[in-house]
Amino acid sequence: MSDLLAKEGKQLLLGNEAIVRGLFEAGADFASTYPGTPSSEIGNLLEKLASEAGMYFEFSTNEKVAMEVSAAAASSGLKSFVFMKHVGLNVAADPMMTLAYSGVTGGMLILSADDPSAHSSQNEQDNRYYSLLGLLPMVEPSTPAEAKDMVSAAYGISQATTLPVLFRTTTRVNHARGVVDLGPLGQPRPKGHFERDVVRFVNIPAHARVNRKRLLGLMEKAREISEESPLNFVDGEGDVGIITSGVSYTYVKEFVRGVSILKLGFTNPLPERKIAEFVRGKRCVVVVEELEPFLEDQVLRICAQNSIQVPVYGKRTGHLPYAWEFNPRTLEGISEIVQVQEFRESMPASQVKLPSRPPTLCAGCPHRGMYAATKKAVGSRDVVYCSDIGCYTLGVAPPFQTADFIICMGGGAGAAGGFAQATDQTPIAFIGDSTFFHAGVPALVNALFNDHKIIMVILDNRTTAMTGHQPNPGTGREFGGVQTEPIDIERLVRGIGVKYVEEVDPYDVKAATQAMKGALEHDGVAVIISKCPCPLELKKRRMLEAKRCEVDQSKCIQCYSCLRTIACPALIKRGEAVETDPTQCIGCGMCANVCPKGAIEVRR
Amino acid sequence: MKYTIQIVGVGGQGVLLASMVLGNAAMNRGYRVAMSEVHGMAQRGGSVLSTVRFGDDVISPLEADGSADLIMGFEPTETVRNLPLGNRDTLVLMNLDPVYPSMVAAGFEKYPDIEELIGAVTKVNPNLVTLDATKLAIDAGKAVAANAVMIGAVAAMKDFPLLKEDLLEALKSQVPEKFLDLNVRAFEMGYNAVKN
Repeated sequence: MSDLLAKEGKQLLLGNEAIVRGLFEAGADFASTYPGTPSSEIGNLLEKLASEAGMYFEFSTNEKVAMEVSAAAASSGLKSFVFMKHVGLNVAADPMMTLAYSGVTGGMLILSADDPSAHSSQNEQDNRYYSLLGLLPMVEPSTPAEAKDMVSAAYGISQATTLPVLFRTTTRVNHARGVVDLGPLGQPRPKGHFERDVVRFVNIPAHARVNRKRLLGLMEKAREISEESPLNFVDGEGDVGIITSGVSYTYVKEFVRGVSILKLGFTNPLPERKIAEFVRGKRCVVVVEELEPFLEDQVLRICAQNSIQVPVYGKRTGHLPYAWEFNPRTLEGISEIVQVQEFRESMPASQVKLPSRPPTLCAGCPHRGMYAATKKAVGSRDVVYCSDIGCYTLGVAPPFQTADFIICMGGGAGAAGGFAQATDQTPIAFIGDSTFFHAGVPALVNALFNDHKIIMVILDNRTTAMTGHQPNPGTGREFGGVQTEPIDIERLVRGIGVKYVEEVDPYDVKAATQAMKGALEHDGVAVIISKCPCPLELKKRRMLEAKRCEVDQSKCIQCYSCLRTIACPALIKRGEAVETDPTQCIGCGMCANVCPKGAIEVRR
Repeated sequence: MKYTIQIVGVGGQGVLLASMVLGNAAMNRGYRVAMSEVHGMAQRGGSVLSTVRFGDDVISPLEADGSADLIMGFEPTETVRNLPLGNRDTLVLMNLDPVYPSMVAAGFEKYPDIEELIGAVTKVNPNLVTLDATKLAIDAGKAVAANAVMIGAVAAMKDFPLLKEDLLEALKSQVPEKFLDLNVRAFEMGYNAVKN
């Protein structure tokens, strides 16, 4: 097991573990996040370790608030760290854009974990552009070992420029594992002090205009640092040059021969002189980067401004793809230009028809019960299922098919109001407890305010499940020496004026169906709170009762209602008979609840 | 020397633990190690893939399709699904005990015959080694030790560049104290199943 507070040694660390170690070595004082893959493990580790390391850490309500609390810490002289997945930075972009105008007095890193190939995301946006848009220095590590070391280097840049620094990673850095040499641990400080500076920290128009010019000057200073930074270096010799950054560097380094590589770790502002010097005299240059031509377009611009006539190959020339993450074989696209290692021919894909194995809702997942109840109550009505970001997104698959529209956190709830107004269909918005606090509350307020007749189903499984079971405002906090009370969703919803509020246990599918029928009849905003803890979380906490469901074959009429409506992975069809799988069944009783013959019993 | 293992299976089978054991054993031998794991969405009963690479000059966390030295298949259909990760010289180790996907369990899809799955490998690759890792683990004491059986089996694969002792030491350092005996027993059973 890895020990991120060890004094010394070397360990095989996940990129996210290496980043946490980097924080401890840099003596970071303060961290905040809203969980999102591929950055989630950082939060789970800090939840366990931050207080022991002498650092403050919190799960904030959403990324915007996480950005703001860390901004305040860094404006009080502390070293702060805010981290999130790429789409989370959209939520946090508002404070970030003006934060750069004020800058920070301590040090601040903003980690954006991008997800090329959208392994666990709704898009594959390239957040490097935020560094250009927001005028922020940016660093990009290539490996776990580099990620650890780059934390301290990035705090150095932040302190030298008094600006927050964008720390941009991708899935294959966050979820790569490599050997990391541990350095000495830093010394965090518990408190800073905010020194009033009205022009700098109060961005009224008159001050914003001043700060804008100051920021442009600081970015010039950042460019000078980038020119000299050891994070940007030339590796190897050859008359063909490759310019690359991030994980792409590892593919080039290992699988391309006979080239000179300009490896960029400090990628905004780019070291323009260094790039011009590198390109000048080369036969040609290839830019190897995932997603958008962020470096490539700037290299072309730098060449144009310096009257350098060297061909630049990459995405704009069709040699490398824009979409999806790279792998070593992607380099075959440039094999006419550089010497790429020859790869073996793959075994052909098998012709045997293999069953599909998509991720599914777990055995005993309470979302199954609420979805089954909703489908039953809705019947043939014309509804639009607005869904959101979380495990319950998996309701898109049969037999539920309870996701017609998903764009972003809280987006289903907001869109439901639009569907209510723009169509004669009934919008039903599913949203998780954590997502409700994140971005669902304003959407619900909007529905009340504008009289959008929506049904909101809050799938309250008492945790932030999909990202690895983090606490949220609905669970209260119990770590790092801080204890807070859970915020009661029902009281909140009633408090803002929702008239139809039903709290149901989704394991009682019949009762949940009645609640949904009532909501469909209600003339106005209706909220159903489907409240039942995530069984995986209970298992982790050793709080899951030992129960299981058993089918009495003498009563079972083989109507398969249980399979068709709950479709729990613990229900198994052997021949014509339905049985339960004792290794998976948790005895929740949802299948028993929908059985028309009472043929399924829950045994303790 | 460079060696790439592609570990394939189903969320919950212990693929990540196996990759940690192999990676740590390689690190302790002084090799460079680069690995890649899939977390998040894939864990909800879906297919999982973990890449373990080690050697003198390794930095990339991914390997090209076709270039695996060893495919370590925790589950038969996942092994067959991932054959394109290797070439005809790749060693293929396949656990024959299936994990049924939910659509198969519910009777909506069919799971192929195990003979058909074995045939799918041997048709394109002469190096298949099979074992009943889950059954062996049950004999050792508990089904969850199937990953230890698989690691033991890897130690006995032809020309595997890490020593049996290295893998056993790494395994011991990765499992909780109270499951130590179980895992060591399972490891030895996996080793013997392939060796003999």
